[in-house]
Amino acid sequence: MTVGLNEYLFLSALLFVIGFFGVLLRKNTLVIYMCLELMLVASTVALVAFSHFNRTMDGNVFVFFILTVAAAEVAVGLAIIVALFRRRQTIQVEELNALKN
Amino acid sequence: MSSDIFFYLFAALTAGSALAVVFTKNTVASALSLLVSLVGVAAIFVLLDAFLLAALMVFVYAGAVVALFLFIVMLLDSYGGDRKPFKKATIVASAFAFVILALGLMSFVSRGSQETIASEVPVSGVPIGASLRAYGEQLFTTYLLPVQIVGFLLLIAMLGVIVLSKKFDGLEDVK
Repeated sequence: MTVGLNEYLFLSALLFVIGFFGVLLRKNTLVIYMCLELMLVASTVALVAFSHFNRTMDGNVFVFFILTVAAAEVAVGLAIIVALFRRRQTIQVEELNALKN
Repeated sequence: MSSDIFFYLFAALTAGSALAVVFTKNTVASALSLLVSLVGVAAIFVLLDAFLLAALMVFVYAGAVVALFLFIVMLLDSYGGDRKPFKKATIVASAFAFVILALGLMSFVSRGSQETIASEVPVSGVPIGASLRAYGEQLFTTYLLPVQIVGFLLLIAMLGVIVLSKKFDGLEDVK
């Protein structure tokens, strides 16, 4: 049995779901952010697989842009986390409940 | 085919280290598992003939992003990972959402195999994602405007990071 598009999409879905689970489960903001990155990478696997099996270039170019945006996003997000830590002295989400009640 | 073995090997590596990102208590271990997972994804890209994207993946993600994560962990997270154990409601709710999303995605993937997918043409000849010329032609003709927008976005992100990490002494009364 040869590996086709379905196997790659299965892997992509699996990575996405694992990342989603981590976002819901973990309480450390940094780990939540890592799981978000994992979800982003999972979507790029699907794009590259579609591009390869359709023999077009568009998916690959999209992944190019996703990589750029992800790099910018990580820089800004981590800066926000650092600013949050400076202000509140914590990055655990259950202690960041200023909007509760 | 030998590339099938490689696919399953790297898929197992990627998924296993992704699980390790979620389940390890130590934040540094999570970041290093993320690194392994990203390298596995880069290997999957090589199997899909996207050599440039694999190299960029290692440079940008494994090089820059994970290094940035480790730097921030070193800066902030002196307590290690999650300090308290998970609540039972959190575990149940996230496992429930996990199962629902997994079932939805898997139904998409498995339904695609039953119907005929037009894209399952036999891949032969020169792989399309392998040539740098193809990237250059696409990026500077069809995708010229997105390239410029992305460059501008990087500039804005740089400015944003500088503003966010700067201390404004005069703005203390705003809070």
